[in-house]
This record gives sequence, C-alpha cells and structure tokens, in this order.
Amino acid sequence: MTTTPAATPAAARPALDLSPAPGAVPLPRMILSQAGYEFRAVVRNGEQLLLTLIIPVVLLTLFGATSLLDLGSGRRVDFLAPGILALAVMSTAFTGQAIGTGFERRYGVLKRLGATPLPRGGLIAAKTLSVVAVEILQAAVVCAVALALGWHPHGDPVSVIVLLLLGTAAFSGFGLLMAGTLRAEATLATANLVYILLLAVGGVVFPLDKFPGAVRDVLELLPISALADGLRQVLQHGAAFPGKPLLVLAVWAAAGLALAARFFRWE
Amino acid sequence: MTTPGDGAVELDGLVKRYGTATAVDGLSFSAARGAVTALLGPNGAGKTTTIEICEGFRRADAGTVRVLGLDPVADARALKPRVGVMPQSGGVPGTTKAAEFLRLVASFHATPLDPAALLARLGLTEHARTPFRRMSGGQQQRLSLAVAVVGRPELVFLDEPSTGLDPQARHATWELIEELRAAGVSVVLTTHNMEEAERLADQVVIVDHGKVVAEGSPQELTGAERQLRFRARPGLGLEELLSALPAGSAAKESPAGHYLIEADVSPELLATVTAWCASHGVMTEDLRIERRTLEDVFLELTGRELRS
Repeated sequence: MTTTPAATPAAARPALDLSPAPGAVPLPRMILSQAGYEFRAVVRNGEQLLLTLIIPVVLLTLFGATSLLDLGSGRRVDFLAPGILALAVMSTAFTGQAIGTGFERRYGVLKRLGATPLPRGGLIAAKTLSVVAVEILQAAVVCAVALALGWHPHGDPVSVIVLLLLGTAAFSGFGLLMAGTLRAEATLATANLVYILLLAVGGVVFPLDKFPGAVRDVLELLPISALADGLRQVLQHGAAFPGKPLLVLAVWAAAGLALAARFFRWE
Repeated sequence: MTTPGDGAVELDGLVKRYGTATAVDGLSFSAARGAVTALLGPNGAGKTTTIEICEGFRRADAGTVRVLGLDPVADARALKPRVGVMPQSGGVPGTTKAAEFLRLVASFHATPLDPAALLARLGLTEHARTPFRRMSGGQQQRLSLAVAVVGRPELVFLDEPSTGLDPQARHATWELIEELRAAGVSVVLTTHNMEEAERLADQVVIVDHGKVVAEGSPQELTGAERQLRFRARPGLGLEELLSALPAGSAAKESPAGHYLIEADVSPELLATVTAWCASHGVMTEDLRIERRTLEDVFLELTGRELRS
C-alpha cells in the first residue's frame, strides 16, 4: 500500500469513455433499484430498527408473557398480536417514512434524485415498495414471536391484507404530508410524539374499553385504533371485512394522500 | 460556429425574483454545444439561480429557457437522462456510502460509466465505503461530480465544481472537465475563480447583479492589451512619466510603491520607462509585462473585486 497520494500519471489512469451515451432504463427497473436502496438504508439504520422491530417485539413479549396489564378476558397474546401488527405498520409507514423523507428533503436528497432519470412518481412508488417490504419483515418477526407465545390467529387472510394495505396508505399519506411541509427537526419531534400518543390511546396494547364511552367513540376514529380493532375483529374473532374499521381507514387514506399530493414540497 | 437556437443552452431575457429581491434580471446567453461555458461572477450574482432554472428546479418569472432545444420543466422526462447535474453541495444521505450512491444513480442509466473506474479516476477508491457525512468537503464535491457524469450525459451543469478542493483534487476535477469537453460533452459551470474560468472555458459569461456584463472567450475578454507593472520607491512623478509615453497611456500607483502602466506595451515603451527611471535614479524591482486577467476585466466593468 502506498502512503503518498501522488497524482496518477496519465498512462496509469483507468480509461473512461466519457463520450455521450445517454439513456434511461425502463421505469420499473429504476423503481426496483431505488426501492432496494431504500430498504437497505432502513434495515441498516439502528434507530429505525428500534422503532420498527425492537419496540413492537418488546411490547409483545412484555405484556404477552406477564400480567402487568389488564387486557380483559381472553388470551393475552390473541389481544396483543393484532395491536402490535398495527403498531408495526404505523412505525414504518408513518414515523420512519416521515423522518427519513423529511431529512432527505432537508439535505437536498430529493432534489438531487430529481435531477436523475427517476421521476417523482417513481420515487414515491419506490418508497411505498420499500415500506411494504419492511412491513413484511416486521410481520414475519411479530407473528413468529406471537406464535411462540401461544397465539392462535384465525380469520380471513384477504381481510388482513386489505386492512394492512389501507393502513399503510393512510399512514404513508400523513407521513409524507409531514415530511413535505414541516422542517426536518419538527417532523422528527412530531412524528415521534404522534407515535407515542397513538401507541398510548390507539388501542394498541391498552384496550379502548378502559376509556369513558364518549372518549372511546372519538378514539375509535383514529387510524391506529381502526387498524388495531379491524385486525382484532378478523384475527381474534374470525370476522371478514370489518366494515367500520375499513371505512375509517379508507377516509384517512384518501385524506392523507390527497393532502400530501397537494402540499408536499420537494425542497 | 453555431447558429442561433442551436446551443446546448439558450437563455433569453431570464428574470427570477424572490419576493422583492431580483436574483436574475434579464439574463441572456447561449452556451455552444461541445464547449465549456463558465458563468463567472461574485457570490450572489445569480449564477446558481440561473443554473437551477436550466436544470428545471426553478421556473423563471419571465424569459425563455431552452436546454438541448427543450423546455427544462415541460420536457423533464426527456431531458433528465441526457443532462448531468452537480449541485453546489449535499444531496446524498449522510449514512449512504460513496460507491453505493454512485451505483444507484448509475443503475438508472442504460449505458453508464463503470462506477468503480470513475471513483478511481477521481481519487475516491479509498473512500468508496465511507458514509457521505464522514467524507471531507472535497471528497463530497468529487463524488457529486462523479454522480453528474456517470450516466454519460450530453450536457453537464456543474455548480462551483472546485470550491473547497485542495490543489490536487482541483487538478483531477479540471482534467476530467477537459476530457468531457474532448469527448464532445457540453459543460456549463459556475465559478468565482477566474483561474478556473481562464483555464477551462471556451466562453466566459461574466454575471453581476443578475445581468450579463460581458461575454466572450477568455482571450476576447482580456484583450490583446498588455500592461507593465513594477515596484519602486513611493511617490514617483507619474505625470512627468506619462508625458514621455504615447497618448492614451495611463499610469497609477496603488498601493504605495506599486506601479501599473496601462499602454500599448512595445519595446520602445519599455525602453522609455526604464530610461525615465534611470534618469531619475529609480531602481525598479519586479518589473513585468503581463496580460490583463479576468479579475482585471471584472474590476473594470463593475468597480468591484471578484472575490469580495
């Protein structure tokens, strides 16, 4: 190994054909490439993993294996597992995506990518693919831990997938809205605060029937409550296509995506 | 020769305002294809705003912009693969490694350069696995240049490509820009470094307060005129010296003891000046004949220093 960073003599330089040969690969290849890059960035990021995997698994194990919390009648893990799945979706689609995209905007990454052949719609598609891939990883881990704790899920898998996708759309819309309008630091603080608040009052691990009736009626309209409740109706009680949770999530998804499309600023 | 409308970049009457401040104030120029065009001017002259309008990041309030004959906003999809962009700073996530980001951008292009060879070329091989935030400013700049050229574009926009570089890295950057030009790539760069403009540019567009104040090749701008500089004891009688010189000559002392004679420098003129000094018992030091620099041209046009 040489230690002197002497200028490379012209003859030893690697030949580079700089003559113009422009052209973009087809859009789906660009999207896959960007999605793979985003997925690796999330999986490598320690803070993100804390949020997306460690906190859900710790909550599931802690409250599932002990009786620290009064979860009502029925098996503890059957109540907890759907709530934790909902939390996992929120942590990736909302909190992680809002913070990640907020800082990308702040550091000019969105602008930089805007100068490449990847169109903006392609970037959003790649982000969505990456979010879904992380969610699949989360769901696999959460389900494995829950099954180890004696979870007996039942119900219609299609309903579960529709609920998870609508939840992802709702949380992504508001995550991107926040990332595209607030300062990065404000997004960081707000996204974490919302995560903790919704974890506390969204029926994730604390049952909503512990709240007074009027308060509960309002809390049930939150996207996290709708997702947790919908997943419980299917996985714990065997329902198919639970109407109210699907409707609540659809309204949040439509509103979030419309607002993000209208107000997102790229720099 | 290029015909009007055929340049890599054609700007006509460009105006951009931010609130009450006018950043670009009726700017027009044409950057020829296959040539290096330098926008030279002090900080705040409107260079970056102009280049960002060409890149499609901003819309002009008035005027027309054609890039490779297309509209940077309306024809963005067609233009992006053909145009490379190096922003002034940043644009890469802090935790992303140099090679990873370069490979990502390369993967969007049909026939990109080999990212590893490009990194080697810019002296970044040892930093290929360094996260962006741990790279020095100069390393980040070179990565940014690599990202701009990896897709083998027809046209590159380089915003302050050598700012913050050490001399060796600047040399590597300048060599790559010269090779881009030799390969037929059109280059539009901004700089406030006149040495960079003089060395690289086929055409220099001097910008100040959002307007073009002069344009031409470095030779055209600095002209054939030479000037004579010397140092001697302060307080020489320049009026008397001038009377011995051809009409139209100018002489000044600034700062004290530093003399500048602007005239048609000929062997006779040189002899006249040294003879006058000899007859007054004046010993000159550092006597030299030089061309005007772009710095001098800028000072003359605006009354201000380029670097101020």
